[in-house]
Amino acid sequence: MKILVCISNVPDTTSKITFTNDNTVFNTAGIQYIINPYDEIALAKAVELAEGGKGTVTVINVGDAATEPTIRKALAIGADDAVRVNAQPRDAWFVANQIANYAKGQGFDLILTGRESIDYNGAQVAALLGELLDLPSVSIAKKLVIEGNEANIDREIEGGKEVLSVSLPVVVGTAEGVAEPKIPNMRGIMGARSKPLQVVEPIEVPVLASIARYESPAARGAVKLVDDVDQLVQLLHGEAKVI
Amino acid sequence: MAILVYIENTDGGLKKSAFEAAAYAKAIADQKGDTLVALSIGDVADAELQKLGKYGVTKVLNASQANLKQFVNKAYAAIIAAAAKQEQASVVVLSNSFSGKGLAPRVAAKLDAGLADGAISLPSWNGNDMEVKKTAFSNKAFATEIISSPVKVISLSPNAYELKESPASAEIVPFTADVNANDLSVVLKEIVRATDKISLPEAEIVVSAGRGLKGPENWAMVEELADVLGAATACSKPVSDAGWRPHSEHVGQTGIVVSPNLYIAIGISGAIQHLAGVSSSKTIVVINKDPEAPFFKVADYGIVGDAFEVVPKLTEAIRNLKNN
Ligand SMILES: Cc1cc2nc3c(=O)[nH]c(=O)nc-3n(C[C@H](O)[C@H](O)[C@H](O)COP(=O)(O)OP(=O)(O)OC[C@H]3O[C@@H](n4cnc5c(N)ncnc54)[C@H](O)[C@@H]3O)c2cc1C
Ligand SMILES: Cc1cc2nc3c(=O)[nH]c(=O)nc-3n(C[C@H](O)[C@H](O)[C@H](O)COP(=O)(O)OP(=O)(O)OC[C@H]3O[C@@H](n4cnc5c(N)ncnc54)[C@H](O)[C@@H]3O)c2cc1C
Repeated sequence: MKILVCISNVPDTTSKITFTNDNTVFNTAGIQYIINPYDEIALAKAVELAEGGKGTVTVINVGDAATEPTIRKALAIGADDAVRVNAQPRDAWFVANQIANYAKGQGFDLILTGRESIDYNGAQVAALLGELLDLPSVSIAKKLVIEGNEANIDREIEGGKEVLSVSLPVVVGTAEGVAEPKIPNMRGIMGARSKPLQVVEPIEVPVLASIARYESPAARGAVKLVDDVDQLVQLLHGEAKVI
Repeated sequence: MAILVYIENTDGGLKKSAFEAAAYAKAIADQKGDTLVALSIGDVADAELQKLGKYGVTKVLNASQANLKQFVNKAYAAIIAAAAKQEQASVVVLSNSFSGKGLAPRVAAKLDAGLADGAISLPSWNGNDMEVKKTAFSNKAFATEIISSPVKVISLSPNAYELKESPASAEIVPFTADVNANDLSVVLKEIVRATDKISLPEAEIVVSAGRGLKGPENWAMVEELADVLGAATACSKPVSDAGWRPHSEHVGQTGIVVSPNLYIAIGISGAIQHLAGVSSSKTIVVINKDPEAPFFKVADYGIVGDAFEVVPKLTEAIRNLKNN
């Protein structure tokens, strides 16, 4: 089985998010980058499926050379090889077009993404890849089991799940429940250095969307500490008017 | 030109998020001086669709053909795009629900449109360009996006747009379009839904608890409080990681992002990753025995105390309020 895992290079979850240039540019100063947590789930699942010679795992990232530590980490976790599309990822449409352009005609049986990238939270790439490659897609999967040529998928819905089955190839966005993220071991880390990392140049993609400016959330007023529940209930009812 | 809103149904019924999408699309139609057209796919009774009239919908395209009874994003996206073309829609609005997330990008791609995902307010216009605000960096910031393509697609976050009524009467018109068999390749075997539970992403009140509760056996009091409030239950990540609660209840940067009117956090410390998922809640109440817990810094109201004492009393006090 040939598996492609898309990985996004995102600010560490503890990052304080600030902006420069009159709130038009994300301030990357001092930011540590990690593999998007949902992509770690996708990668762990892919490695699991390919184990014991049952398949190969390729990871792909759309990013400039600064993302290579993240790609190497994915190789250390167990991917066989990696592709970096050498471009600043402008938005999901741009990213999906680059990945689709690489993937088309390569015969991947399974293309995995995370359910969303925790930076821009688009939750777009999985469905866009499905559209661009004319494949079925499930954007938010809580469970993924491959049996022969079938993918059995639990799709998240409000208050429950849909149990689905679909023939490969398919694009799946993974969430918790699909696999436990794997921590790279020493052998993996050493081995990652010599695994192939191919750099390909981007294709042109028309601009449909861009970001004009950012805002930080307004600070909340000071907390009102109360001593007893009756007082709290009164405030929630009379002041906040939420109950 | 028209504004098209796709109306999602759940087992044939329309939920608040569907009406929010209709009311939001109506406001855009008024901004642009365009007509509003709604599209429903699947099995929804006319009486249910007529409820859309209350939010300014005068025409509902009803695609109820037999092979569209079950949601399959690929096929539904094709129908929405066909309706958008028929109506010459300049803007297509969908709900940013779990299904909407699998649908909106496909609709956008079919229409060569930019997608504003998870919009939280009405757009503004600068000639052909549309600007709309969304959350970014998992709720740690807002981004204003510019969509510059001729056709625009917006997916609307739940609980973000106030339901405004603009009574009209909705005419229901059948809509049929060809469905490619290849678009229906995903087979639905079963839907498992806890019908007695309130769905977390759309809930107006959320009662959430963390590791401070010590173990899964102590959740009865959380559920009871949620019950009297008509709230959904949620939890912090370590709680779902430990299997005390299902993953679908985990809120935060790597879980569900919620923006209810009221978020009650019990025995949750307020780690940055947790706060990212809840900080756009309108009112936050924190119950924690540690006065130094970081969550108090972003709370509106707080009680410093032992959850095992405070929560049952709070449930009682709210029950009294509701009974009077
Ligand atoms: C300095 C910098 C500036 C950026 N500025 C912007 C910006 O202004 N606007 C913007 O939208 N994005 C910007 N990005 C790109 C952002 O990091 C995402 O790659 C991209 O926008 C997709 O975001 P999304 O939230 O829609 O992805 P989603 O659709 O939420 O991502 C889902 C999945 O798609 C895959 N994926 C996402 N991104 C990539 C990628 N780059 N390579 C491979 N797989 C990927 C992952 O599997 C991910 O889990 C910027 C990135 C950097 C480094
Ligand atoms: C990559 C990454 C992603 C993450 N994503 C998320 C996420 O999306 N969501 C998330 O929640 N976390 C996330 N985390 C974890 C996060 O960092 C915290 O560890 C977690 O939120 C802590 O959960 P907690 O508040 O339940 O537990 P704790 O931090 O242990 O806090 C327990 C609290 O309960 C209080 N308490 C104890 N006993 C009582 C009592 N009897 N009565 C009242 N209060 C009591 C304590 O004072 C304490 O404040 C992530 C971490 C990482 C590294």
